[in-house]
Amino acid sequence: MSTYRIQGATGEWEVVIGLEVHAQVSSQAKLFSGAATEFGAEPNTQVALIDAAMPGMLPVPNKECIRQAVRTGMAINAQINKYSRFDRKNYFYADLPQGYQISQLYHPIVGEGQLVIEADEKAGIPEDKVIGIERIHVEQDAGKLMHDQHPTMSYVDLNRVGVALMEIVSRPDMTSPAEAGAYVSKLRQILRYVGSCDGNMDQGSMRADVNVSVRKPGEELGTRTETKNVNSVRFVMQAIEHEAMRQVDVLEAGGKIVQETRLFDPNTGSTRSMRSKEDAHDYRYFPDPDLLPLILEDDFLEDCRNSLPELPDAKKARYENELGLSAYNAQVLTADVDTAKWFERLLAETAKASGKAPAEVSKQAANWLISELFGALNKLGTSLEESPVTPEKGGDLLALIAKGTISGSAGKQVLEIMLDTGDEAETIVEREGLKQESDTGAIEAEIDKVLEANADKVEQYKGGKVALFGFFVGQTMKAMKGKGNPQVVNEILKAKLG
Amino acid sequence: MTDLTELGVAQIRDGVKAGDFTAVEVAEAFNANVAAAQEALNAFIVATPEMALDAAKATDAKRAKGEDLGKMGGVPIGMKDLFATFDVQTTAASHILEGFKPQYESTVSQNLWNAGAGMLGKLNLDQFAMGSSNETSYFGNVISPWRKAGSNAQLAPGGSSGGSSAAVAARLAPAATGTDTGGSIRQPAAFTGTTGIKPTYGRCSRWGVVAFASSLDQAGPMARDTRDCAIMLEAMAGFDPKDATSLDMPVPNWEELLSADLSGKTVGIPREYRMDGMDAEIVALWDQGVAWLKDAGAKVIDISLPHTKYALPTYYIIAPAEASSNLARYDGVRYGLRDLPEGANLQDMYAATRAAGFGDEVKRRILIGTYVLSAGFYDAYYTQAQKVRTLISQDFQKAFEECDVILAPTTPTPAFALGENVDDPLSMYLNDVFSVPASLAGLPAMSVPAGLSKDGLPLGLQIIGKAFDEQGVLNAGLALEQRAQFTAKPEKWW
Amino acid sequence: MSVDTATVAKIASLARIKVTEGELEAMVPELNGILNWVEQLGEVDTSNVEPMTAVIPNTLRLREDVVDADPLTGGGKREEVLANAPVAEHGFFGVPKVIE
Repeated sequence: MSTYRIQGATGEWEVVIGLEVHAQVSSQAKLFSGAATEFGAEPNTQVALIDAAMPGMLPVPNKECIRQAVRTGMAINAQINKYSRFDRKNYFYADLPQGYQISQLYHPIVGEGQLVIEADEKAGIPEDKVIGIERIHVEQDAGKLMHDQHPTMSYVDLNRVGVALMEIVSRPDMTSPAEAGAYVSKLRQILRYVGSCDGNMDQGSMRADVNVSVRKPGEELGTRTETKNVNSVRFVMQAIEHEAMRQVDVLEAGGKIVQETRLFDPNTGSTRSMRSKEDAHDYRYFPDPDLLPLILEDDFLEDCRNSLPELPDAKKARYENELGLSAYNAQVLTADVDTAKWFERLLAETAKASGKAPAEVSKQAANWLISELFGALNKLGTSLEESPVTPEKGGDLLALIAKGTISGSAGKQVLEIMLDTGDEAETIVEREGLKQESDTGAIEAEIDKVLEANADKVEQYKGGKVALFGFFVGQTMKAMKGKGNPQVVNEILKAKLG
Repeated sequence: MTDLTELGVAQIRDGVKAGDFTAVEVAEAFNANVAAAQEALNAFIVATPEMALDAAKATDAKRAKGEDLGKMGGVPIGMKDLFATFDVQTTAASHILEGFKPQYESTVSQNLWNAGAGMLGKLNLDQFAMGSSNETSYFGNVISPWRKAGSNAQLAPGGSSGGSSAAVAARLAPAATGTDTGGSIRQPAAFTGTTGIKPTYGRCSRWGVVAFASSLDQAGPMARDTRDCAIMLEAMAGFDPKDATSLDMPVPNWEELLSADLSGKTVGIPREYRMDGMDAEIVALWDQGVAWLKDAGAKVIDISLPHTKYALPTYYIIAPAEASSNLARYDGVRYGLRDLPEGANLQDMYAATRAAGFGDEVKRRILIGTYVLSAGFYDAYYTQAQKVRTLISQDFQKAFEECDVILAPTTPTPAFALGENVDDPLSMYLNDVFSVPASLAGLPAMSVPAGLSKDGLPLGLQIIGKAFDEQGVLNAGLALEQRAQFTAKPEKWW
Repeated sequence: MSVDTATVAKIASLARIKVTEGELEAMVPELNGILNWVEQLGEVDTSNVEPMTAVIPNTLRLREDVVDADPLTGGGKREEVLANAPVAEHGFFGVPKVIE
């Protein structure tokens, strides 16, 4: 149980949170039209006649949007409804040309499911927690109004009208801002793995309507408010914090919470009532007579299931159990699907180039990616996606280390040069003369010289001063200008010193 | 030389093909009739004589080159102003769409142009196809070319396809498109001595047809006889991937397979359609129809459609509910009328625009539809109506286990006078009592002119068929037509 | 059920149709006449009946995910989309300023 409580003047308050996340379905064309969905186009250039609600225009659903909603449902272990329907939600607004939004109220495509948010002591989540998901339905996005372009008019851009959204409705299972934040992050992670949404919150591809109420522990649920269109994990947490505090203040002052729609202001981190949507809602939902019931066939469902990738929880478990990675490393590498994909290519390349099994080089690859490449990219202010070091080049480099061709410290040098020039690892090693000496004969010869020159120390070592071992290694490496394979040096020294 | 405007679709098509006359001659003849009748009949909202001529020229040019002229080659037609036509004003007879020029062409009209037809103009109708008399048009009533014997009183041409029926009856067009939501093809056909068929729901694409009630709207042809309807329906129908409710089935060769021999066929007579206080002339005509169909070789049986009396109230919940939502797009933002009073905000603009743009009947239906869908009433009205609709549909399914087609009157009365029913919406709605059930069940149904009333006004008989069996409907219609020998036409007074 | 002036005013507001007091007064009996008449449906026993969903038995067909496959259902037609607009500026539709 979360221990999050708001300390009011009259005692402690609990917060109850439910989220409705709108996730834009990754598709080329819109839900009911062939217009493009690409972000950032010139106004009204991605508008089909039906998106502008021209008289007589009719909707025909995009199969890919249906497929992605089903795959998403499968990824949260949800009930997939083989029978679903589209309904019309009727209201008037300038961003809604038809005067209704095609959505799914009575028979959504995806039913009850769930996801798990991981324990995070620091954030106040003491253990893993299951968050229920009530449903996912598919619906049309609305257009965009611009209020600051003209003194007396708002401008209407319909490019987004009809873009497919999944509305993912959670159960009111969250009891702290941190849990809500973790839920949104986890959902985003799953959507990105499945490929059903790109999760770009700054472009509006994912946004949340946040339902918040407060109550004294053990009491009935309080009246909730809905804060619309919150578009980052941080803002979701801020909006909840602010809204819960506000509700406590209102209640403790003897007031009542009004069930209403509110707006989050990222500049102040606060919420305020939306005047324009105050008027009583009566959406008059009814089945869209332009669309027939949607029946999902078994082979379609089969295809959806077969196309699901390994999901984050399973991948993390595999990294730990089969690749022997630490829980921390597994967590970092699976946090985002792109990182995991990059790591898996790196691992494959390293294994191939070094002729070793993946499990033998996995720790090396994970450590290198996390502690060396991430750090270096960070310093350069760039991302893995734009990294000049590809998984192939990284794999070659790691194989050189794994085979003992270069030392770990030389590897660091190679990486730096590689980031700078984009050259292949072998080329850099050759050019910079970084190859280390692994020839036992050559190393033995150097060691003999070192031992001979330091006969007194050999005596002391044999007399029990074993700490001197490091000295011999150092002298040998120095004599070999740092290019002796430290492993081989160690082995020979040990043999010679007895 | 024969008066080309006395010819129907088949005769024009065949005559142009044979070189008896040119398509241009035909178009010019009908263009002249359209122009001459406009003031008196008001059948068209917009006439497009150049378009009719252009299409005719194209047909003549094709013929000169020996190319195929198409199913409707050389036939000029009227287009109900509910079909979007590229860059030609499309209004649904409403002020709210006045001046709207679609940048697209409806599938059905495009199919007709592809088949070689040309457009004489956009035909008047009841506003948004809501009405049974054409009196709800913003652009004025259509006046029926028919008059009662010895009277000059103006009669209704029926509705909502009243411009279509008047134009065909008055020889302003050999054929016209209609749309039927609860009887809007069949009732005006019956009132004007013309023939019209509403095919199975989904046969004709709804793409580009201004929507009234999506689950009921269906386009069909209105023409002089059954053969002409068969030809034109072949041209109009067909699968359209742009309409999710379009039937993915091939279009049969209805014309080629026409046969008036009904041997082996069974005709059902629904006892619930024989209502108390029914017009004796209508009853007599219906009995006559039974005799004709027996004569054509059919077996006639009594059938029962027990939920018939609930069809009209069901319709008057479902159709307004769908309409209230379909008409929400007329908001003054993207096309059509905008009424922006001084200082008005967005929502005020909507309310003012819609108040100024919609006629009374349209408003009435939007309000009814809004009410029946509103919170707390949805189940009692809308869900219940959709359940009763299921029962009505099941009645037909059961009946069709015993019979192939159903024979009934098209309307309970002959054409009434303009103004007679305008103050009482309910009595106007009752006009559709025989036509609405087939609409609710999505079945093909046609009206065939079968006789004259004692006042000399046309009366129609209706054939209702099984889903997808337009052929059965057309064949029974042809059998009636051959025996009724309906040749009456309105005396020209305009 | 019957409607009164306040109900009709509320429905008209939901439907965004401005009505005058006089129009309201006239509409109340009209709408009540129609509503009383359609209420006879309540006498039909529909306890084991499914509401109709498709008038002709048919299931929903889906479209492939291709941009502008058919120009009639695709985008990239700003001029056509704006052609009939009462107010269009700089590629946008214009409406009275909205305060959110």
